[in-house]
Amino acid sequence: MTRRVIGSWLIMLFGALYFFVPLLGTFEFSLRYRRGVYSFEAYRIVLTDPRFHATFLYSTVLALSTIVFGILLVVPTAYWIQLRLPRLRPLVEFITLLPLVIPAIVLVFGYLRIYNSSSILPMTRSARSTDLLLMFSYVTLALPYMYRAVDAGLRAIDVRTLTEAAQSLGAGWGTILVKVILPNVRVAVLSGAFLTFAIVIGEFTMASLLDRPAFGPYLQLIGANRAYEPSALAIMTFAITWGCMALIQMLGRRSHTQAAGAH
Amino acid sequence: MGLLEIHGLQKKFALSTAVEHFELDVARGEFVSFLGPSGCGKTTTLRMIAGFEQPSAGTIRIEGTDITRRPPNRRNVGMVFQSYALFPNMTVADNVGFGLKVAKRPASEIAPRVQEMLDLIKLPALGSRYPYQLSGGQQQRVALARALAIQPKVLLLDEPLSALDAKIRVSLRNEIRAIQRKLGITTIYVTHDQEEALSLSDRIVVMRDGRVEQIGTPFEIYNFPRTTFVASFVGTLSILRGQVADPRRGAIVVDGQEIVATRGLEEARAGESRAVALRPEIVALHDGSGNGNRMRGTVEDVNFLGSIVRIRVRFGENAVSLDTFNNPASVPPQPGQAVTVSFPQDAVLVLEGSATA
Repeated sequence: MTRRVIGSWLIMLFGALYFFVPLLGTFEFSLRYRRGVYSFEAYRIVLTDPRFHATFLYSTVLALSTIVFGILLVVPTAYWIQLRLPRLRPLVEFITLLPLVIPAIVLVFGYLRIYNSSSILPMTRSARSTDLLLMFSYVTLALPYMYRAVDAGLRAIDVRTLTEAAQSLGAGWGTILVKVILPNVRVAVLSGAFLTFAIVIGEFTMASLLDRPAFGPYLQLIGANRAYEPSALAIMTFAITWGCMALIQMLGRRSHTQAAGAH
Repeated sequence: MGLLEIHGLQKKFALSTAVEHFELDVARGEFVSFLGPSGCGKTTTLRMIAGFEQPSAGTIRIEGTDITRRPPNRRNVGMVFQSYALFPNMTVADNVGFGLKVAKRPASEIAPRVQEMLDLIKLPALGSRYPYQLSGGQQQRVALARALAIQPKVLLLDEPLSALDAKIRVSLRNEIRAIQRKLGITTIYVTHDQEEALSLSDRIVVMRDGRVEQIGTPFEIYNFPRTTFVASFVGTLSILRGQVADPRRGAIVVDGQEIVATRGLEEARAGESRAVALRPEIVALHDGSGNGNRMRGTVEDVNFLGSIVRIRVRFGENAVSLDTFNNPASVPPQPGQAVTVSFPQDAVLVLEGSATA
């Protein structure tokens, strides 16, 4: 038993080292901007760079738009499939998994072929419509995570009975979705939202090929031309992703506590 | 004309018929139970009244208005579910007031109505709690208050006590009946528990394989079951199979011994196989007195049930169970002992159909 415990700890230690050593190396390197002393100079330079502000703001707005559109698309779809079309679940799960199988570069070339400026729907003709196209492509990219998170949340509650209870009290579909279903899958939706945020904030391929001023291409640009700033940016991006993960964990734990209280 | 009228109701699924030829008129303020085993169509019928299932044929009317195709949220029918179905994200008060908010009633009307409902279910101080902070019994009472708050024309209860433990089930059962009487609300109650149906209902609809077997008061259903199924499903019963000897006298021969039924054999033919039923409480070990039916048999089994001793007496192919009160001064008969049992002629229930039905 003790040997097994020690073995588990050793494996965990190895995993932690494998993960943290490069990260610590990157962090240590990001502090060496000034010769001979550790400093946060690289971070200061990055944080005062107007391009950082512009691209980060652009990607944040895009991530928030993606989350809103993703929720509007995924929640009613997953709800309806759970309630009325459970037989379609395998098909929908397959479709939502496709963005994991098809590389982003293939998707974006597909978009450019269909929505180029000489097509019937020329979404790449103006900057605004290209932003819209990029947002839709991010919705697609985040679909596997958002759909699974929402679907898991819906499976955890008795969707059918709650719907029928609300209907018997006079509620229509809109009220049921907004007042009954959505609040009860809030944690799942937020999990999906944070994952979406983490994906969108660092995405490079689509933003770059659609020529949009997003944070991903900025990271690549800095990485190609500067020494210490890319490390600082990598650490900051990690921190954002971890922040999102920590929020998911916290919300998940809170919902588990509530569920445990129900029994 | 009843408040709720159901005519020719039918529900077919792809491979089966869940309900057919369902006819029922429910009077205003009446408490009607749908009783039957799992899969008999009672819940499907209830769900059609609520609007959650669309009938394949037939009509449902409330106060004369055809609501068969009306969506569930426009029927003004309250529903209480087996699994409570309280909204987990809302407090007790918000749950109870949900229907009123949906109906856009003013806040000044909602708050007192919610409190009135909480007082009714005897949980006046729990308005700020969440469902997960309540016991199962409390949750179901809140679900009842929520359904009643909107003042529905008909209240539907789908096995509301099934998820509760036995003691709470009995107390909540009494509360439901008291509240129903107090408000005079027309109620349909689905259950597979015969005791629940007998104790609560003004009338019981016994169902089997999607069809109505018998509709009657608890007294009629228990004492005068029309079919073998009703007789065996409601209460404990011994069914004896025999041949009609003399229809005019109501005589039937069971395992070579003649017994007489005062009614039910008028239409029968001599020699026809028929089944009769006896409740254990009307059969007694014969003490030599009275003019009722008598049968000789052998004690097969003796079960001590506390205040009651249930004795099973075999005659041949058939057997009866009889209940006697426990008496410490009198030792019950032993298995294998020859005994004579007696029972009144008017307590013999002749069942419809042949003995093999």
